Amino acid sequence: MQATSPAIPASTHHPAHHPETGFWRTYIFSTDHKVIGIQYGITALCFLFFGFLLMLMMRWQIAHPGEPVPIVGPLLAAVLGDVAARGVMSPDLYNSFGAMHGTIMVFLGVVPLAVGAYGNYLVPLQIGANDMAFPRLNMMSYQLYFLGGIVMLTSFFIPGGAAQAGWTSYSPLATAIPTDGQTFWLIGMVFLITSSLLGSVNLITTIIQLRAPGLTWMRLPFFVWAQFTASFLLLLAFPPLETAGILQLMDKLAGTSFFLPTGLAIGGKLADISGGGSPLLWQHLFWFLAHPEVYVLILPAMGIIGEIIANNTRKPLWGYKSLVFSVLMIGFISFLVWAHHMYLTGMGTRISAFFQTTTMIISIPSVIILTALLISLWGGSIRFNTPMLFALAFLPMFGIGGLTGLPLGFSASDIHLHDTYYVIGHFHYVVAPGTIFALFAGIYYWFPKITGRRMNEYWGKVHFWGSLLFMNLIFMPMFVQGLAGMLRRMSDGGLQYSAAKVPGVAGALSGPILGLNNFILWAAAGLAIAQIPFIINFFWSIAKGQPVRSDNPWEATTLEWQTPTPPPHGNFLKPPQVYRGPYEYSLPGYDKDYVPQNQPPG
Amino acid sequence: MNQLMERFLGLPPLASEHGQGVNDLISYLHWLMIILFVGWLCYFGFVLWRFNRRRNAKADPVGVRNHASSYLEIVVAGVEASLLLFVAIPLWAQRVDQFPSQDESTVLHIAAQQFAWNARYAGADGEFGRQDRALVSNDNVFGIDPADPKSRDDVQVLNEIHVPVNKPVIAYVTSKDVIHSLKIPAMRVTQDATPGLRVPIWFKPVKEGRYQIYCAQLCGNGHASMAQGFLVVESQEAYDRWLASKVGAATSFE
Repeated sequence: MQATSPAIPASTHHPAHHPETGFWRTYIFSTDHKVIGIQYGITALCFLFFGFLLMLMMRWQIAHPGEPVPIVGPLLAAVLGDVAARGVMSPDLYNSFGAMHGTIMVFLGVVPLAVGAYGNYLVPLQIGANDMAFPRLNMMSYQLYFLGGIVMLTSFFIPGGAAQAGWTSYSPLATAIPTDGQTFWLIGMVFLITSSLLGSVNLITTIIQLRAPGLTWMRLPFFVWAQFTASFLLLLAFPPLETAGILQLMDKLAGTSFFLPTGLAIGGKLADISGGGSPLLWQHLFWFLAHPEVYVLILPAMGIIGEIIANNTRKPLWGYKSLVFSVLMIGFISFLVWAHHMYLTGMGTRISAFFQTTTMIISIPSVIILTALLISLWGGSIRFNTPMLFALAFLPMFGIGGLTGLPLGFSASDIHLHDTYYVIGHFHYVVAPGTIFALFAGIYYWFPKITGRRMNEYWGKVHFWGSLLFMNLIFMPMFVQGLAGMLRRMSDGGLQYSAAKVPGVAGALSGPILGLNNFILWAAAGLAIAQIPFIINFFWSIAKGQPVRSDNPWEATTLEWQTPTPPPHGNFLKPPQVYRGPYEYSLPGYDKDYVPQNQPPG
Repeated sequence: MNQLMERFLGLPPLASEHGQGVNDLISYLHWLMIILFVGWLCYFGFVLWRFNRRRNAKADPVGVRNHASSYLEIVVAGVEASLLLFVAIPLWAQRVDQFPSQDESTVLHIAAQQFAWNARYAGADGEFGRQDRALVSNDNVFGIDPADPKSRDDVQVLNEIHVPVNKPVIAYVTSKDVIHSLKIPAMRVTQDATPGLRVPIWFKPVKEGRYQIYCAQLCGNGHASMAQGFLVVESQEAYDRWLASKVGAATSFE
């Protein structure tokens, strides 16, 4: 046998090229950080799309309670059975979709895209490494993420459907709902959390150990700092939730009562427990993860925005050091703010004063980052390409998201706004036109490096303006609804609380406030249509996009652009040596307006 | 100024003494937010126009050389700190620490359940019967000890909760099953009703009327239709007549 296998001639065996591997090893069970990054990216984009479709159906339900969902109604009835009889979403199904929309968007969509895909693909390239520190562990974290996603998706089709207790899964409700959706949710979360833990260990080790010679900490691109901090948040915040998830699973399956108090009367079965547990303990453990998680969503987004703004203003980021320290400060303080989600559980003055103070303190580095990015524009020579448009729009959108956090961060004003649509508007401004715009910006920006082709600019701009318009038409009215007192998680959109149902009652919801549900539905449909150019552009450009003429089409300074396009296995043709900071644009004395990090001095 | 902001924000009608404080804080914060945002937006619009590549072909690598933004950040942090120290924390302390005396207040117990509100009044003797969590069951939501004579004249009602006007109300809020949240927008009060915890809240209704009670925490498939709870604020005489019309104990174990 040995004689028949062709030997690889030594002369063509380049050190950066490993022997050819088959389809499975190259694309499915790859240990190459770039392939894994793309796997994460494609999977996460699919989940984002799916989570968005769930939301579209929910928006129909609350705008038209009791009416069959158009187009997909018969499909829902056929596949899901009683919970969608005649194509009408039952409250059970609405609650399932609500819980899964949140879970999918956060744990299966945005985090895997922001950290799994961007972190995996770009961090080794930006620090001049061949691969991640632990390539096999990297492959395993993607596989666990994929399995977690499969478990979550499967839960839609079991009797009774997916989890119904919100993405927050508060006990005792999560335990009390008699179906198995919550069990699937918890098992899925254990997979997803394990995946994130492995991924974050890998990124942290890679950034500490594998930086190219000369790439000192203060020469790291801002994006790498953001990924580094986000990975620490994942590493330190997720274990409490993993533990809590297993405890809740025991409450559900083994009859324990970690989160179930004495004196619980729900049906017959749950009353038959020893009791003595604490529902508040679950909330503390959940939010101890879930607040840092918010920063896991936003920090990589800020990192992407920083890269794109520096590149397209053709000048260094303003206040690089204060940006880095602000990111680290956010990471640290994000562990001290969690209970601001719990002001109304019955919190005393001292504890609430502590959490209000930390919440105000964490707003300072956030404002510093936003201000530094805004000031970076001053004196620039701004190119308005598609990535830059998304990056620029991020700034005011994230601004709205951040500012509307203020009245929620003060416990006294939270009395009125807690659990209303004001909260929904607030965090969606942070995550949707905030983080997701940054992720779009990143896709348009790094697409030429990954595929060797550019995405179409015209359709990119159509995608941008449509998304910007409809995002605002969706989320701005939610502030109006929330201030008027409309609550979230109502499967009929507040109909039972409307002035029409309860005449003569002060504080009932007015017709126009309820009517906004319909307005938001059509805005959401508009947002769906605005994504069509992106989807077509994405696939069309992979095959037919304009080929790039250079390895560095944006004329950027950071190391990922100093590789062949697309980067081969092993990334760099020769190990890079770094001589300078990350954003040396428009420096006097050079003929070009950018100096790559690996260009020797002189 | 704040009235203008309240009208702009469309806050719902107000009928409690402390509610104006909540409204004022919301108004101050929205002034701050709007001023900051409009300021940012003006700057943003200007730089996008001024430093467009067509107008500014060569970038200045240094850009802004002054520290105006640092001073601005200090001012914003100062405003936030003042609101926190002088408005938000005192208002919260008044809500959760400075309760009026029980003798001068209407005292009631509220227990949420899927999907309704139970309320219990002390009745003629002015004292509640003994309660024990271990006694909570589907037909004894407050866990009342039936052997305690004080419990016999207690009055228990479902969904219709009456209180007299201009007299503080102290309510002990709990739940018998899952977490609910007692939210009465007109009173500007919200309190999670958590099984296993009994948390007191207080407010002083200042306007007669019938006010909606919301459940603000997802509590199951009937969450959206848990809308039958009302707080009825009426004159002392009307309240006394209403309470007298309820027979003690008879309604407590239905």
